[in-house]
Amino acid sequence: MLNASKHLLFILAPLVVVFALLPGVYQNHLLLFNFVIFLILAQGVNIIYGFTGYLPFGYVGFFGAGAYGFAIMVMHLQTPAPLAVLVGGLVAIALGLLLTPLLRLSGAYFAIANLAASLAVLHFVANPALEGITKGPYGVSLTGTFNPTHAYYAAVVVMALTVGAVIYLKNSPFGLALQAVREDAVSASMAGVNIVKMRVIAWLASALVAGLAGGIYAWYVSVFYPDNVFSGEFSIFAIVFALFGGVATITGPIVGVLILYGIYNLIGFTTPQYFQLIYGLLIMGLVLFLPAGLVSLATRRGWHVP
Amino acid sequence: MSPEKAPILKVSKLVKRFGGFHALDGLSFHVVPGEILGLVGPNGSGKTTAINVISGLYAPDGGEVVFDDAPSGGVASHKLVHRGINRTFQVPKPFLSLTVRENIQVALAYGGATGAPSIAELLEEYRLKEVADRPAADLNSAQQKMLDLTRALATRPRLLLLDELAAGLNPAELDWIAGRIKALAATGMAIIVVEHLMGFIEQITDRVIVLNAGKEIFEGTLATAVREPQVIEVFLGGEHAH
Repeated sequence: MLNASKHLLFILAPLVVVFALLPGVYQNHLLLFNFVIFLILAQGVNIIYGFTGYLPFGYVGFFGAGAYGFAIMVMHLQTPAPLAVLVGGLVAIALGLLLTPLLRLSGAYFAIANLAASLAVLHFVANPALEGITKGPYGVSLTGTFNPTHAYYAAVVVMALTVGAVIYLKNSPFGLALQAVREDAVSASMAGVNIVKMRVIAWLASALVAGLAGGIYAWYVSVFYPDNVFSGEFSIFAIVFALFGGVATITGPIVGVLILYGIYNLIGFTTPQYFQLIYGLLIMGLVLFLPAGLVSLATRRGWHVP
Repeated sequence: MSPEKAPILKVSKLVKRFGGFHALDGLSFHVVPGEILGLVGPNGSGKTTAINVISGLYAPDGGEVVFDDAPSGGVASHKLVHRGINRTFQVPKPFLSLTVRENIQVALAYGGATGAPSIAELLEEYRLKEVADRPAADLNSAQQKMLDLTRALATRPRLLLLDELAAGLNPAELDWIAGRIKALAATGMAIIVVEHLMGFIEQITDRVIVLNAGKEIFEGTLATAVREPQVIEVFLGGEHAH
């Protein structure tokens, strides 16, 4: 476990310190918060896609479920925000359990089914008939818990736990077994690995991460509509960031978020008229020339990337 | 093979259907600890299907598989691995992006075996030491077969199923692997070998079962089998049998 301590010390610790201190020197706190949220979501995608090979195109379903889990607890039970965030995570796990049959599918079929599932959850939550519980399509307003500073630090904590989980996967027999299942499920079962159990654990872990992020997001913004927290952009961004850096590594998704979300905001501030053009070209370039992500520039040369 | 030993695996009247096709149609045989049993027969006679059912990849549609006096038909593969069954694949399927060492580590960590051989021993014995830290994707096909075998051995099986392990090996490698397989059997491991190379079968097996259309048509030594008219008929066609 020497490697794990190195990863904790040289990857996780600096990341947490930087994001804990940045609000003191940089004024755009919303931007910092979004960075942290995407770091969490990209690592969540890393857990399920990088380590098991399931591409979660409807990943936002867990995020939205977490946000609404938070909102419902706060609106109806006046739960304190940190507890409501935990409930958001549990709601996402419950949704993940409900969706475990999707794991029978693979490749594009799983991706499409997962996307459909997230849309189903959106329309369920946004149903006017549920106005008494979710406020339906009219959105929620949670002024009682509004505290962006606390929400930001909660996000940093969840980010630290998520990156810690990925460090564990990268350094444990458990993570190795997950990758074995991804590479060949039949051989993995012949190595004694319970493939169904492993897939479900990874699936629920990535659901939990997105649910916690969703709950914290709800806490931070306090006013939102179903379309905001179930926006497909969350899934797409998290997947693109993770892929751009390189999945099944600790640093890949971090690098992906810092570079791509950085560029995204830079274009947004400077030349918004070219925004989609530049961003689209970037993603095309990635898919064509670096399908295994930025880290493959190093791994191709035989360098080890944590 | 000592006849007084109780069988570790008993297969009786095993049936496996794919749609209307009976891949196994009432197959029965047994194997005892320390024995090397050959499964031979023409293509499509059910050899690999038999191994797939015994190793839990397919659930049987009829009949019984008993391992260690407990039913094992339809039990999930990873549980059978923990009970002491393992196998190699006709086309080896290592975990390509993991290193050779990591491939074996997975089986050591999850195989549930006590007293399993160490990684160093396995790498050394199966000639993988030089490539231990390379991704499995870099291996040639003979090395991938050896990796597949070490993955199986890392779980310390008491019944080992070898599906065409010898195909594609050169004569020197064949002699060497024959020696390894015999040494494994000498430790008390029961081994079932599916193979098309009759010389290899002759060299290592104590006994063969000849399969045709999903059932056994002969049981005994290979030398006797090749004099059996029915066996000659399924291998060479009717006119050669008389």
